[in-house]
Amino acid sequence: MHNKSISELAAGLRAGEFSSVELVQHYLERISSLDPQLNSYISVCNETALEQAAHADQQIAAGDANPLTGLPIAQKDIFCTKGVKTSCGSHMLDKFISPYDATVVARMKQAGAITLGKANMDEFAMGSSNETSWYGPVKNPWDLEKVPGGSSGGSAAAVAARLCVAATGTDTGGSIRQPAAFCGITGMKPTYGRVSRYGMIAFASSLDQGGPMTRSAEDAAILLQAMAGVDPHDSTSVDEPVPNYSATLNDDLSGLKIGLPKEYFDSGLDDQVAKSIEEAIEEYKKLGAEVVDVSLPNTGLAVPTYYVVAPAECSSNLARFDGVRYGHRCEDPQDLEDLYKRSRSEGFGAEVKRRIMIGTYALSAGYYDAYYLKAQQIRHLISDDFKQAFEQVDVIMGPTTPTTAFGIGEKADDPVTMYLSDIYTIAVNLAGLPGMSIPVRPVDGRPVGLQIIGNYFAEARLLNVAHRLQQTTDWHQSAPGGFE
Amino acid sequence: MSLARDDVEKIAHLARLAVSEDELDSVAAGLSDILQMVEQMSAVDTEGVTPMAHPLHMVQPLRPDRVSEENQRELFQSIAPQTEDGLYLVPKVIE
Repeated sequence: MHNKSISELAAGLRAGEFSSVELVQHYLERISSLDPQLNSYISVCNETALEQAAHADQQIAAGDANPLTGLPIAQKDIFCTKGVKTSCGSHMLDKFISPYDATVVARMKQAGAITLGKANMDEFAMGSSNETSWYGPVKNPWDLEKVPGGSSGGSAAAVAARLCVAATGTDTGGSIRQPAAFCGITGMKPTYGRVSRYGMIAFASSLDQGGPMTRSAEDAAILLQAMAGVDPHDSTSVDEPVPNYSATLNDDLSGLKIGLPKEYFDSGLDDQVAKSIEEAIEEYKKLGAEVVDVSLPNTGLAVPTYYVVAPAECSSNLARFDGVRYGHRCEDPQDLEDLYKRSRSEGFGAEVKRRIMIGTYALSAGYYDAYYLKAQQIRHLISDDFKQAFEQVDVIMGPTTPTTAFGIGEKADDPVTMYLSDIYTIAVNLAGLPGMSIPVRPVDGRPVGLQIIGNYFAEARLLNVAHRLQQTTDWHQSAPGGFE
Repeated sequence: MSLARDDVEKIAHLARLAVSEDELDSVAAGLSDILQMVEQMSAVDTEGVTPMAHPLHMVQPLRPDRVSEENQRELFQSIAPQTEDGLYLVPKVIE
């Protein structure tokens, strides 16, 4: 049952082969027996998921079902979910029961989805390994000694291990694509503004974007359909029509121009990973695509630029956690300043504090021009690199990550090395473009992700390009040992 | 760019974070490493480049100034650390 696609499950429910209650029960049993090894969930909604499933079964019986009706989905714990703990992976919000639904959650509920649980994540989405979660690290289902990637590591691990039908994630510098690559699943970061950020706990507001994490591009199209669209609650959401993403999945790829940026295949890229990427590109040639060499000359500046823009915005966004209205409050505060300082220091972990301080420094009097303003100017140059490339090509391809999943603890004490592991994903966020990661041939049993980057609002094209490869190869179908 | 202990104390205060005496050196070293990596930016000529405020160069849309939310004080205060008579309580601010 847990290896079926979204459309197969929806058909099975409608045909009465199984009920939504049985489906949810099946996943709850898998979570209780298998998740202790992975730690991919922070909260499991046992009772409410079964209630929602019973309701879904009634709707299906009445012929009143939506595309996701009765399907159990995991929400990254960054999405506010009414009546459910929404921790954002932080001690700060360990007791925060959200009084409202994020737009993404509300829309998915409206499409019939069942909230199975809340997926583990790096604290406030700040991390590339899921090791910064206050709830402990998530293990990679392909190798329990390795990280699942981050920050949406719980979502990626849960999808790969078949502990949910699909999941949501968020991506500020690669947080959907990098864990999707490490866990061998399909993940998409849409164009900035395509998916509402309302109720998605803010990290870096000009970069954050929610998106689907699934076992195939076909499933991603269905999930994105439910998530996307303008929202009056988010003034940065874009009022562009949402196309039917499933309708164009099978479009022909003849004449598709694929750009390969030379900077993504430099000395930092693992040889074996490079071979897997090249093999996938060869498959695209067989499908009729043409390959064009392109250059994104400012690639090397993406990580430094990001580590000014993202911390600056985070220091501002996280100022709201003051121990007054919600979230952690320290014991016996002596005065207001003591309340603020101790509540925040106890509530936030080391990486979050590090980024708040970098951002505070970059925005402090006398440093704004040298840091934030400079970074926003370089961001323009990075964005122009893509603009020029997209004058020649339809999509850009390369590796999602320079290596396969690294070991738990391997980079935890060296933030800068950890940051550099996101070299291929970060520029996409700075430019606001859509990007995907799909699994290609693994290296030594560890998944490898092919990154596909598109022009603004080219999500349908990206899903089409990803789907066609998944029709002729079976890399996306393999399940990690012990979770088949 | 390398930060000294007193720089860290100043930044921590601005961010309303407490950094203990024995953490100061390691925090200063960690932050300095990041700032050193960020330093690569200064070599780039950005003369005349417009800063990018929004990926799609959008301007802020405006909506009519009409009330769209109901007052949900009780619901919101039910998750507050400390309230009384509809007010959020904090330590005494005015002597």
